[in-house]
Amino acid sequence: MSDLISNDMTEDGSNELVDRGAFDLDWNRVGRMGALAALAMWFVSLSGMPVDLDSRAIIDPDLSLGYLALVVIPVIFGWLVGNEVVLEGMAATKRGPRDVVAGAAVGLLSGLATAILLVLINNFDIRDPLVNWSPDLLSLLTFGRSNAFGIFVWLLLSAVLGVAGASLRLLAPRIRRAIIVVLVSVLSMSIFQAVIDDLFGAIDPLIDLLYAKTGGLTRQGAIVIAVVSGGLSLTGRGRIKAARDDYAAKTGPERTRQTAIMLAITTVLLIVLPFFTGKIINELLANVGIFLLLALGLNIVVGLAGILDLGYVAFFAVGGYTTAVLTAARPGESWPDWLPHTPWIVALLITIVIAAMVGLFIGAPVIRMRGDYLAIVTLGFGEIIRILFLSDWLNGFFGGAQGIINIPAAEFGFIGEVSGVSPRSVFYLVLVFAAIAIYASWRLERSRLGRAWMAIREDESVAEAMGINTVNAKLMAFVVGAVLASFAGAIFSAKVGSIFPSSFLILISIIILVVVIVGGMGNILGVIVGAVVLIGILGGPRQPGLLTEFSEYKLLIYGALLIWMMLQRPEGLVPNVRRSRELHQEEFLQDAWLKGEVDHDDGTPGDGVDPDGGTEVAPA
Amino acid sequence: MGGVTSFCSRLEGVREGEEALTSAVRAKAAPRTGVDWFLLLMRVVLFSVIIFGFFAFVWQQFDSNNPLARQINPDATGLKSDQVKGLFVTGLSQGAMYGLIALGYSMVYGVLGFINFAHGEVFMLGAFSGFITSTKLDQAGYWEGNAFIPSVLIAVLVALVVSTSAAVIMERVAYRPLRGSPRLIPLITSIGVSFFIQNTVIVLFDPGSKSYPRPPDWMTDQYSILSFDIEGTKIAVLIVAALSMAGLWWFVERTKTGKAMRAVAEDREIASLMGIDVNKTIVTTFAVGGAMAGIAGILWGLLFRSVTATTGFLPGIKAFTAAVVGGVGNLGGAMAGGVSLGSAEALAPLVLLEPLGINGASQLRDAVAFTLLILVLLVKPTGLFGEKLSADDRA
Repeated sequence: MSDLISNDMTEDGSNELVDRGAFDLDWNRVGRMGALAALAMWFVSLSGMPVDLDSRAIIDPDLSLGYLALVVIPVIFGWLVGNEVVLEGMAATKRGPRDVVAGAAVGLLSGLATAILLVLINNFDIRDPLVNWSPDLLSLLTFGRSNAFGIFVWLLLSAVLGVAGASLRLLAPRIRRAIIVVLVSVLSMSIFQAVIDDLFGAIDPLIDLLYAKTGGLTRQGAIVIAVVSGGLSLTGRGRIKAARDDYAAKTGPERTRQTAIMLAITTVLLIVLPFFTGKIINELLANVGIFLLLALGLNIVVGLAGILDLGYVAFFAVGGYTTAVLTAARPGESWPDWLPHTPWIVALLITIVIAAMVGLFIGAPVIRMRGDYLAIVTLGFGEIIRILFLSDWLNGFFGGAQGIINIPAAEFGFIGEVSGVSPRSVFYLVLVFAAIAIYASWRLERSRLGRAWMAIREDESVAEAMGINTVNAKLMAFVVGAVLASFAGAIFSAKVGSIFPSSFLILISIIILVVVIVGGMGNILGVIVGAVVLIGILGGPRQPGLLTEFSEYKLLIYGALLIWMMLQRPEGLVPNVRRSRELHQEEFLQDAWLKGEVDHDDGTPGDGVDPDGGTEVAPA
Repeated sequence: MGGVTSFCSRLEGVREGEEALTSAVRAKAAPRTGVDWFLLLMRVVLFSVIIFGFFAFVWQQFDSNNPLARQINPDATGLKSDQVKGLFVTGLSQGAMYGLIALGYSMVYGVLGFINFAHGEVFMLGAFSGFITSTKLDQAGYWEGNAFIPSVLIAVLVALVVSTSAAVIMERVAYRPLRGSPRLIPLITSIGVSFFIQNTVIVLFDPGSKSYPRPPDWMTDQYSILSFDIEGTKIAVLIVAALSMAGLWWFVERTKTGKAMRAVAEDREIASLMGIDVNKTIVTTFAVGGAMAGIAGILWGLLFRSVTATTGFLPGIKAFTAAVVGGVGNLGGAMAGGVSLGSAEALAPLVLLEPLGINGASQLRDAVAFTLLILVLLVKPTGLFGEKLSADDRA
């Protein structure tokens, strides 16, 4: 959403504004944006999203997720077309009817594309390669009526939506923020229907007011949510910010106390939550937790130490398989008789040791390589480990493609046992380990080792020159990451009860990487947000999220998200301050240069400038 | 330790003299740590596996009842010379395709200094568009008899256009805005691009495996050349790969654009000062790499006759391996690396691993390829034929 908080020069009034006529537009740019919008329309239509997601209602009779995927395009491109880069020293253009015209043009072009698609589907059949070139899509695009009706509606609707997107720029920031809050809350209330149903199922009138029987919000429900959230946004915005500033300004014991209170409240809520939610939601929470554990581990490797480990799934696999071998009654016929069948908790301790050793084994050969070679080589290790688990050669040990089945539940004496049959128990187990992982990450980040990692991430040679043993520090990153992943693996095998090589594809490494990057590399809170949002809503590689209909498209969305994040906001949704400085070093340098703080290419402060002014600026 | 000394000179932005000095000092002063011993052990183990496996193989060839073979693999029979030749030819033709894909990795790495992880998908798009063209032509009855050669040419043309434009669009949309950012950022982006393209193909054309139409019989017949029995398609693959390689060599070494590419690879800044349009040259690099991958895609389709949306992943990684084996940035090296990787992964499981008593060794083909990558990086990280990189990227 970086564009939504773009620093429009028009708003702070620091630049002079130029008033230009309504049709005095950069038509090339409008045409380009329109073409992109048209392409997006075609792509989304032909991907099959509208048809597949049509069954999921957002607002019961009026809007389904399938239509939403289409109508959101003109809005976004209508907004984007007004995004002007204002160069330093140049005057910005005043916002006005110009933007509306541009938005309408872009919207109209996207509508035109839909109309053309509609005509084409009606007259040609190229369903052979393009599977979604179907009558279903045609009837969806024509709203089940005649073609002429469909064409008319799409042209009109897209133009209106383009205008809507563009006019967001004309509104006062307060109002714009309120509108966005309203849209996001209506959408999320609809997505979170399953959770809210479980939580407030007892309050029938509320649920009946909000949700339709067949899924999705009712019209009244949508209006109620819109009014409430809009009102809260208009009145409450300042207060949230004030509270946050207040918290940030506090120091010493008072801050510790407040943090403790917040942590306590969160913990209690998390402990109580599964009693109110149903089995499906608890299963989902458990999956989120497992991926959170993995993401926290990868965050240490990628986020703190700056090592791009693409074979991270190998440690997950090692954790899972070790636990399975140690706890299952008959893991494979080749194991010697003296192999102990231990309870889960003992197996976990052995798993940790073995995972740490595998971490050392994989880490040692790669740590001296260039960053990008390292990525590919670790990916190779990830594949090698999966191939070994899959091979006939080690079939007697790991069961080959059939995997290891009949893994018993994890038993904890009088407390009870944890198995996939009861997702709630899995959730609690995951919660304990996630808490351990979060605490460990938090402590590590502030430790000598954590500082060494960050120094290595920023500049390895300088770190080495400062006396950091880079080899050991990087190996430690591998080991810590491996141990956290092995926790996840151990829980995973007890939860699923069987384990196969196909559960450990490289895909998982990449999804965890997306979680870490979208959340914010090097930031624990960011990783938590990333895991909850992505795994919770879209789902993991095999595990469905809240939007179950999305299962076919989630990988596509993960890929697009990864590209978009890297281009627009590499520091993630919840950025780590230092990390984002590194990533935007170029911009910092330019800003500093423009302000006259730096006047040499190498970034040393210029004459007559307060040297402190240049401290943010790292040498190029 | 070749690996240690070359990686010791990791200092960025330090003048060359200082760099040489520090690396010399460090190479001498650094005591062997535990990691060094471990790496030494790893090299020794890998080499002993190779030597011992080869020894076992040779002995098995002379006497399949020798005590060693009986000891570790009771069913050992040894390979017939025909089998070895067949494996070698298979490996060679597959390796030629790896080499073609590797050229793209190598050129982009040489010029921009980052691994274009999505290059495997460019190859897949070539194979996929070739599938669509060839099925359409087959349905119209042009995939047999006299029409076959022109039809293949049409398919190649389509694949070339698709792959080249995919590579160019990729560069424009995803990589150009990221020039100058920390080096892992474009790599991560390219992972995203790869993921996105794969899944785009899945949602647009459904995830199932597609098979190319059957080529005419004279393509699939065996021909005997120098006592090697080679399938027609494999001959075609080898010839086309050799021709493309020659064409590329001519382009890079003999044309003005090629010269510009080499200049940009050497030093981007100086090249732009000399009046070379760096952006254009980079786009050309991507386009040429994409074209090579497109050709490889069609060849893959003709040889294996099956393509899915994930076809690009493993050949992509292996092609990168081939580029590293040959020396990144070195075009001849990329081809040589491809051919050696292809034959190694075809031969090694049955020649080295089977005699060691590993059953189902051919399942470990991919593992062999990745182990080769690790081995090369441990022993000679600059590749067999040396890297050709700009000063910045060598860091």
